[in-house]
Amino acid sequence: MESVLGRYRNLTILVGVLFLQVLGLAVQVKRSADAENTRLIRVWAVSAITPFERGLVWLQNGSNNLLHNYFFLRGVRAENRQLKDQIEQMRLEQARLTEDAVRAQRLQSLLAFKEQFISKTVAAQVIGSSGSDLSRSIYIDKGENAGLKADMAVITAGGIVGKVWLVYPSTSLVLMINDQSSGVGVFLEKSRLQGVLRGTPNGELILERVMSDEQVVPGETVLSSGGDQIFPKGLPVGTVSKVGPGKDLFLSIKVKPAADLSRLEEVLVVTERQEREAVAESGASVRAADILARRLPSVPDKPAAVAGAVPAGNTSAKPQPNGSGSTVVTPGTKLAAKPAAAPVAAGGTGSGATDNASSASSGATSGVNSGANSSVTSNSTNSPAKPAKPQPKPQTQQPQSPQTQAPQTAPPPAATEDNPH
Amino acid sequence: MPITYTSEEQIEVYRFSIPVTVGVPLLALFLQAFLPRRLPFFSIFDLPLLVTIYFGMARRNPISGLFTGAAIGLVQDMLGPYPIGIYGIAKTVVGYLASSLGVKLDVENAGTRLLVTLGFYLIHAAVYFGVARYMVNLTLNWSWSRGILAGLANAVVGVALYFVLDKFKQRT
Repeated sequence: MESVLGRYRNLTILVGVLFLQVLGLAVQVKRSADAENTRLIRVWAVSAITPFERGLVWLQNGSNNLLHNYFFLRGVRAENRQLKDQIEQMRLEQARLTEDAVRAQRLQSLLAFKEQFISKTVAAQVIGSSGSDLSRSIYIDKGENAGLKADMAVITAGGIVGKVWLVYPSTSLVLMINDQSSGVGVFLEKSRLQGVLRGTPNGELILERVMSDEQVVPGETVLSSGGDQIFPKGLPVGTVSKVGPGKDLFLSIKVKPAADLSRLEEVLVVTERQEREAVAESGASVRAADILARRLPSVPDKPAAVAGAVPAGNTSAKPQPNGSGSTVVTPGTKLAAKPAAAPVAAGGTGSGATDNASSASSGATSGVNSGANSSVTSNSTNSPAKPAKPQPKPQTQQPQSPQTQAPQTAPPPAATEDNPH
Repeated sequence: MPITYTSEEQIEVYRFSIPVTVGVPLLALFLQAFLPRRLPFFSIFDLPLLVTIYFGMARRNPISGLFTGAAIGLVQDMLGPYPIGIYGIAKTVVGYLASSLGVKLDVENAGTRLLVTLGFYLIHAAVYFGVARYMVNLTLNWSWSRGILAGLANAVVGVALYFVLDKFKQRT
C-alpha cells in the first residue's frame, strides 16, 4: 500500500485536495441558505483586497474632482441658466404629477391599499467586483457599520441594480440583477403582464414566464412588481429590447437594464421601507395653475380702496390681498375651492392684476408648453374630487371664463364705479 | 512553433522569492477584482489563472502547482457570490496539469506558451462548468466560440505576462 501511495504520490495528493474541496462545496450547497458558514474566510479575503480598492477609488475620485473643479468651471453660468429653465419646466410637470398622485392616493385610500415607501437610503460607492466573468457582483464601500443587511435593494437614479448579498463590517457584496442566480419580480408597464427577470451567464436579462400568446412590444418599460419582497413596486428595471419565441409555451424576452450595470459608480441602498395605508392628501399640493399664476406678469400695486374697482367689461379678475400688501390673482375656476393650495407669491411678485388678468392668462397659455396647458385645463376644469370639499366663499373673481364667473362673483355695484347697474 | 520534449535531466526548475510568490497572485486577484469595473472588457481575462499556469510550469513540481492553484482559486471564490470551491477545484486541476506538463515539455518559448495557455483555459472553463452546473446547480451555458475567443485573448495576454514574470525567476 505504501509503495502504491509513494509511486502515485502526486496523484494521491491531487485527489485528496480535490476531495476536500468537493466535500467543502457539498457542505455549502447543502446549507446554501445559511451563508454564515463561510463568513469568516470570506471576511479575511475581502479584508485583504478591499482596502487597496478603496484607496485607488479615493485617488481616482480625488484627481477627477480636481480636474472637474478647476478646469471645467467655464460655462457654468450658461449651464446654470439652462438648468433654471429646466427647473421651471419640471415644476410645472411636477405640479401636474402631484395632482395625479393625489388622485391616485385618494383612490387607493378608498380601496384601503397598502403603499410602500422608500423611507431611508444609504449612498455607497462601487469599489470593485467579484473578479469573475461568470458572476455579476460588485463590492460597495458600505457595510454593517452603515446599517446594511442582506437582501436590501440596491438602486440608482436610473433603475434597480441588485440586492445586498453578503455584508461585511465596512463593505458589502451586491448581487446584480443580471447575475445568473438572481431573479426579480417585474411587470410590463403598459400591458401589466407579470414575469420573473433573470440574469444569464452572458450578463443579459431575460424576462421569463410570459405566455407566448401575449403581445409584448420592444421598447416597453419593465418595472419592479414588489413580489420578490426586496424591490419596492414601480421602480424602473429596464426596457424590452427583443421578443422571440422561447421554450415551451413562453416567450423569450430580452430586457435592457435601465441602470448601466457595467459602469456603476454610486448606488443607493434602500435600508428602510415603510408600509402604510394610503391616505388621500388634500390641500397640500401645488397645482400647475398656481405655478402659472406666479409666472404671470405683474403690475404695480394698487391702493386698497380701489382694489375692488374693476373696469367694465373686465370683471373677471380681481386682486386678492395676500397679507403682505401685494395682490395676487388666483387664476383657474376651481382654484378658489382650494385656498390652502394656492401659493402666495412673496414680495408682491404675484402675477396678474385686475386689468390685465385676461391677457396675462392667455399669455401664459401661449407661453408654456402644451403639457402645461393641458394640465392647467384639466386642473381648472376637471378636478373631480375637489368640488366635494366645502367651497370657501370666493373673495375674488376668477380670471378665466369671465362670462361664466361674472354672475357668481360680481362685485357689489357700489364698489364698481363703471358698473352700468 | 516547436514543442520540444525534454528529458528529466534537461529540466530547469525555477523558484521564486517569497514576496513574488505571495505578491504576484494577490496582485492578480486584486486587479481582477478592480479593473473590470473600470474597464468592462477586462472581465474576459482571468489573471489568477494565468498566474497559476505560470507558476505551475516554472516550478515544475505538481504538488506545489496544485497547492498554488488551490490557494489562488479558493481566494478567488471567497471574493465571489457563489460557494467556495468552484474556482478552487478548477485551478487545482490546472495547477497540477501545468506543472506536470512543465516536466514533459519545453515551455519556454512563446508559441508553446500560447498553445498551452489556450488549452489550460479551456480545461479550466470545462472543469468550472462541470462543477458549477452539476454540483452547485448553477445554470451555465457552454459556448465554444466564446470559450475559444476568451482562451485566445488570455493566451495572448498570458504570453506577455509570462515574459514579465520571467524576470523574477531564480534558478535552483
